[in-house]
This record gives sequence, C-alpha cells and structure tokens, in this order.
Amino acid sequence: MNKAAAPHTLNFDTGWAYSPAPESTDHVHIEDQYKLFIGGKFVAPKSGKYFDTINPANEKVLARVAQAGAADVDRAVTAARDAYDTDWSKMKPAERGKYIYRIARIIQERAREFAVIESMDGGKPIREARDVDIPLAAAHFFYYAGWADKLDYAFPCRTPQSLGVAGQIIPWNFPLLMAAWKIAPALACGNTVVLKPAETTPLTALKLAEVIEAADLPPGVVNILTGDGSTGAAIVNHEDVNKIAFTGSTNVGRIIQRALAGTDKRYTLELGGKAANIIFADAAIDQAVEGVVNAIFFNQGHVCCAGSRLLVQESVADEVIAKLKERMQTLIVGDPLDKNTDIGAINSAEQLERINAYLDLGLEEGAEMFQCGGKNPDKGYWCQPTLFTNVAQSHRIVREEIFGPVLAIQTFRTLDEAVAKANNTQYGLSGGIWTDKGAKIFSVGAKMRAGVIWANTFNKFDPTSPFGGYKESGVGREGGMHGLSAYLDLH
Amino acid sequence: MAQMAKTVVMIAPKPDQAPRVDQVGVDERVARFRSRSIKKASKVEALNLVLSQIDLTTLEGQDTPGKVRQLCQKAMRLHDSLPDIPHVAAVCVYPMMVAEAKKALGASGIKVASVATSFPSGMAPSEVKLEEIKLAVGLGADEIDMVISRGKFLEGKYQEVFDEIVACKEACGDAHLKVILETGELGTLDRVRYASLLAMQAGADFIKTSTGKIQPAATMPVTLVMLQAIRDYYYDTGRMVGMKPAGGISKAKLAIHYLVMLRETLGEAWMSPDWFRFGASSLANDVLMQLQKQQTGIYQSEDYFSKD
Repeated sequence: MNKAAAPHTLNFDTGWAYSPAPESTDHVHIEDQYKLFIGGKFVAPKSGKYFDTINPANEKVLARVAQAGAADVDRAVTAARDAYDTDWSKMKPAERGKYIYRIARIIQERAREFAVIESMDGGKPIREARDVDIPLAAAHFFYYAGWADKLDYAFPCRTPQSLGVAGQIIPWNFPLLMAAWKIAPALACGNTVVLKPAETTPLTALKLAEVIEAADLPPGVVNILTGDGSTGAAIVNHEDVNKIAFTGSTNVGRIIQRALAGTDKRYTLELGGKAANIIFADAAIDQAVEGVVNAIFFNQGHVCCAGSRLLVQESVADEVIAKLKERMQTLIVGDPLDKNTDIGAINSAEQLERINAYLDLGLEEGAEMFQCGGKNPDKGYWCQPTLFTNVAQSHRIVREEIFGPVLAIQTFRTLDEAVAKANNTQYGLSGGIWTDKGAKIFSVGAKMRAGVIWANTFNKFDPTSPFGGYKESGVGREGGMHGLSAYLDLH
Repeated sequence: MAQMAKTVVMIAPKPDQAPRVDQVGVDERVARFRSRSIKKASKVEALNLVLSQIDLTTLEGQDTPGKVRQLCQKAMRLHDSLPDIPHVAAVCVYPMMVAEAKKALGASGIKVASVATSFPSGMAPSEVKLEEIKLAVGLGADEIDMVISRGKFLEGKYQEVFDEIVACKEACGDAHLKVILETGELGTLDRVRYASLLAMQAGADFIKTSTGKIQPAATMPVTLVMLQAIRDYYYDTGRMVGMKPAGGISKAKLAIHYLVMLRETLGEAWMSPDWFRFGASSLANDVLMQLQKQQTGIYQSEDYFSKD
C-alpha cells in the first residue's frame, strides 16, 4: 500500500477560488488609548508611559495601551489585597459563583466582538477565535463558577482555604482564553487577581476588564495591568503576592522559578513543548493526516502543546507525507478576518524572525524543507506552513520549540523506538497516538512522558480536563479539579 | 497470457485491504468544509456548476411518459428568465421510461441515466439484473445506475458482490456504470470505504451513495469517505472514478458545501459533470432561486419556478 511511487497527483490550483468573506468589524469598538484597570476603575499609569499594539496582519496600530511600572503594580496588588480582605474572602461562596457566571454570560453575549478583536490583535484566523478561543473562555468561567460553592466536595476531608492575591502572567497565543484559564479558578477559590496580558495582545484582556466592570464585581477583585516583561517581573517579585501563575516560554519560566526560590509564594508554570504525534501503520491514515495538520498548523503553530514533531511508522511514511503535502495545498494563508482563512498572521515581527531563523537552521542542518509556495500578503508577518523531512533526533529543529507552523517528520520501525524518540526531549507537555487498536493506545500512552495524551485526535480542550507538563514543560496543572488545588491551601 | 492477467484482476479485494476510517475524524473534517463561507462570484460559479452536475431524477411507481417528458423539458430549459445557465447533466429514470426520455432529450447533449438491477432493493437473481441492464442500454440509456447486493455484502460474500458488478459492467457495453452502495444500509464508514474499493476494482465508472429510497441517503461524511477512496484508487491506478451523492441534497447551500469538499479532496480535475453528479429532484429549483437572488437581490416565491 506504499503510495509514494504513484506518479498520479492531484491539482488543487483550481479555477474555482473562494471569494473574500471578511468578518465585519463594524460592531467592534477599540479606544485610541487604554489605561490600567485597577480597583475597579481605568486609571492612568503612574509610569506615564504608553505603547502601541498593532495588527500583525497589516502592521497598523490598533490602540495605545499603558505601560504599568512598579508603582502601578504596587497599586494593583494593594487593591487586590483590600478586595480580598474586605469582600472576596468573606463572601459566601455561592455569591462568588454568581459573579463568575455573570462574567461567562457577558462573554457569550459579546462573543463576536471578542472574536474579532482577538483576531485583529493577535493575527489568528477569525474561524478559530470564533469557534475555539471565545467559546472555551466562556466555558472555563461557567465551569469554575460551578465549583465556587462546592470546594469541600472537590477535596473531601480537607479544609480548602484561598491563598490571597494571585499574580497572573499570560502569553499572546490565546489571550482571552489564557486569561479565563487563570482568572476563573482563582476567583472560584476565593482569591483576588492581578493579571498581565502579553505585550503584543493586550486588547481582549482590556475588554475583559469592561466585562468585569459590567458584571459589577467588587472593585479590586480583578486588576488588569498591561506592560512588558518588566511589569511581569514586578508582579512576580511583589512581596504581597501569594501565588504566581505563568504561561509562557520555558526561559521566562526558569527566571520566575529562580525569583520565587526561598519565598513562600506558590506557583504554577505552563511552559514550552515539543510534542510528538505518533502515527502507527494501522491508523486511519486520512484522519491521522488531518489530525497532524490541525496539531501543527492550528493558530499558526503558536501553541505550546502543538504537535510539532511527527513520528510515522516507516511502512506508511511515504503515503502520510504525500497526503500531508496535498492537504497543505488546500490550506488558505491570509487575512485573519476572512472566514475562510486557515492560517493567519504570525503574532509579531520578533516571532517571525525567530521562526525564520529556525527555517534557515533546518536547511543548514541538512533537512529537506517543503512549503506550498503560496504568496504572502505584502504587509504583515507571515509564514507559509512548512514540513521538514530527513531530520534526525539531534537536529535543533527537532529538539527546540519553534512556536510556528513548522513540522519535523521522522520515521520509526518499532513501537519502542517511537516511544523512545517521543520521550527524548526536554519537554513533556502533550503527545498524540494514532492507531486503530485500542490496546495500543493504552500501552503507548502509559509510556509517554507528557501531561496530555490525545488518541486519534489532537488539540482538544475542555475546562474539565487538567492540563500541564512534565520536565521543562512546567509545574502544576490547570483545568478541572486539579486546577482548583493550584489556588487553594488544602489542610 | 491476457487471459491470466484477467483472472488475477477478477479476485475481489479483501476488507483489510481498505484503510481504516475514524468516524470522529471524518465528522470533524466535514465540519471544516461546512465552515467555508462561499459568497459573491465564487457562489455564482458554484451554483452554475451544481446545475450542470445534476442528475434530474424521477423514480416513482407513478411515473408516466408525460411526467418524464416534462422533466426532460425542465432538464433542457431550467429557467428561461435566467440566461447563460447550463443544462443539467442527465435525466435519471426507470428502464420503462428510457425510450421516452431519449426521444424528449434528442440532441440536447443531456444524458439518459437508467436505474437497473432490480432497483432499489437489488433482490433479484443476477440473470434478471443483467437482462434489465441490457434492456435499458438497448433502449438508449447512456448511463446505468445499479445497486449492489447489500445482503450478500453484509453476509461477507464479497466475491459474489464483486463478480456481479463485473458482469454488470460487461452488460453495460459502452454505457457508463454507476454503482450504488446504498450506504444507509452498510452501517459503518469502514464498510463504505471497503465497498467503494470493491466497486472501483470491479470496474465502476462512478460510485454512488444511495438509491434515495432509504434513510439516511447521501451525507457529507459518507461522501467524504468515498471521495477519499476514489483518491487512493487514483493514486494506485491512475484511473479516475466519478462520484455521485444522491438523495437528501435539496438545498443549494448544502450542494455548495459538497463542492467545497470535492475541491479540497480531489481537486480541479473532478470539478465537472463528467466526474461528479448530484442525484436530486428538488435541488435544481433551490439553486435557481439562489441564482435569481444573486441577480435581483431578492428571493422570489417558489411559484416562480416550475415544478416538474
């Protein structure tokens, strides 16, 4: 059944092209300038500084946002502490739950607006923002709202106690969703929050501040500070913060862990990944190919749990690679706001540079690169979906997280070899198994050292499911009941 | 020597020679096709293509020569107030009506397709089925839509099913053979995939989902699995096989999503009535209504479109 030698290929350069189908932006209102959200009000930064946030698809400035300095962080932590002491920690848990439900409902009501802004500010396709990011963000608030008055049942025979003020620093790949992952469990457990969105994607967090205002939360329960790495550092190092939750790169995670050593601050870190998808010869090949495409090209590959390595059993390798290449020809790269776009803009110039450096490196290392040769728009940051074949375990494109639409493909002969290669990485966030045999799923899954293993699917998220990594992919779990314990003292 | 080669070809493929299919993954892929937004020029182009790919069908016990003549008239002149629209691909009738349809369609270029092989159940001896095909072809049918013996297939008598298709193909002579799998009775996508392979290897020119007499008829997941079977068969042999979803496609929007699926699975070569057909009776009018709306900006009442 080896189909590599087949000379018959399909032609997807069809005369029938889809006309542009842009999502309307008429209903979206973005202010020229945003202040910091502290103590329930938008206040000017004491630093006096602002910076631009741009649309990576056309490099146009969307808004100016405040740069929170150390004094602003201090003000926000103080507001959070006051809110914790006077309101939030004293409130009946069922009441806390009502507020969180309210946030969830308002996000649902404003879902379209959030989806469009997420796409404009971050470059992701509107289809994903609309179908994945925003509904999941609302789902997280709904899910954790339900836990607020049931913590005793989540941890029977223990006495769950809130921690206090949580400092939360989130990345640019799923801005609103990561805010929801952080804020929802923290509030449900009775903590107050100081949240910093990423420098390149602050807008939906600021819109979330509007939602929190509209939901009438007691002032200071949620504070949102925009800024760069120095703002994040000020939050991490503030002495009145009880818990740090960080999602981002492994390098920054290391710095944070070092900073927290010797303090009594609790922390959870969700860091990088280099996940392997393993396709066995007995898999449903067409669905596996589709799964691999979604695993690496979802959100331009800006996904910590992306399936950035493919391990494919040698007897089906040629078929899988040929089918991947054909499937890639039907991926539409372009305007993130077009409803038919599959792959949007790279989040920032800096990230594009990083990805391109890896493409050069891959070629330098002797790997074979495949791209479909589509034309990039003139403005903005773009990377065509890319495959590397003829790679070895020692290649840096196999070992290091690229965080872009770049897949490294290797083959294997035996199950043990597949598992060994999958595990031979500094990371351990996720993995995928593709086989028609149920028993193989369990035997391989048990041997893979990664926090999330998907079988015959990939990149499936649900608020009820814990998420987190082994090794340098992080510390702690978010989501599900596990996600509650990260925000509680359990005596 | 040639005889020997033929003997080898005549062995039916075994079920495990067909790749596995994962229902969940198929459904997800279909959802992606359905999320494509087809607007403006691309919509008009698609609507015209859909019209040209329709097998306008009447398969009722109450069919009369008069009804068939009306249908043929519609097939040739879908809607005169819309100039520059194509005619349909074929008119699909029972063998008894082939001669009438052939006469009515004349030199229009529209094909006459006839169901045969004891449609829709296929519950007749092989000899009777072959006779029926020969009769329909003799009356002028350009295309034969046969049904496979689902009972034998589900009993595991694959070689018998295979042999019957081979014999039907032979009985067709120059007429094109469409093989109806009746996927609504096969139960699983794995069986759909295998039955597709079986039919193609036995010589099918087209594979077709359904008779339209059983629910579910054509669905997008079933059609996707069959398109993928066609693609793999093409990779292996270089022979193109056509696809015909039939039954249950009555809205233009759904038909366009089928075209999206076709385009992204098999590519440009299949985007023509030679390789893709819709078996449908009421689809044409909905497409016409949409085309009229594209021109005038308003939807007209269905009373403005002829029902035949």
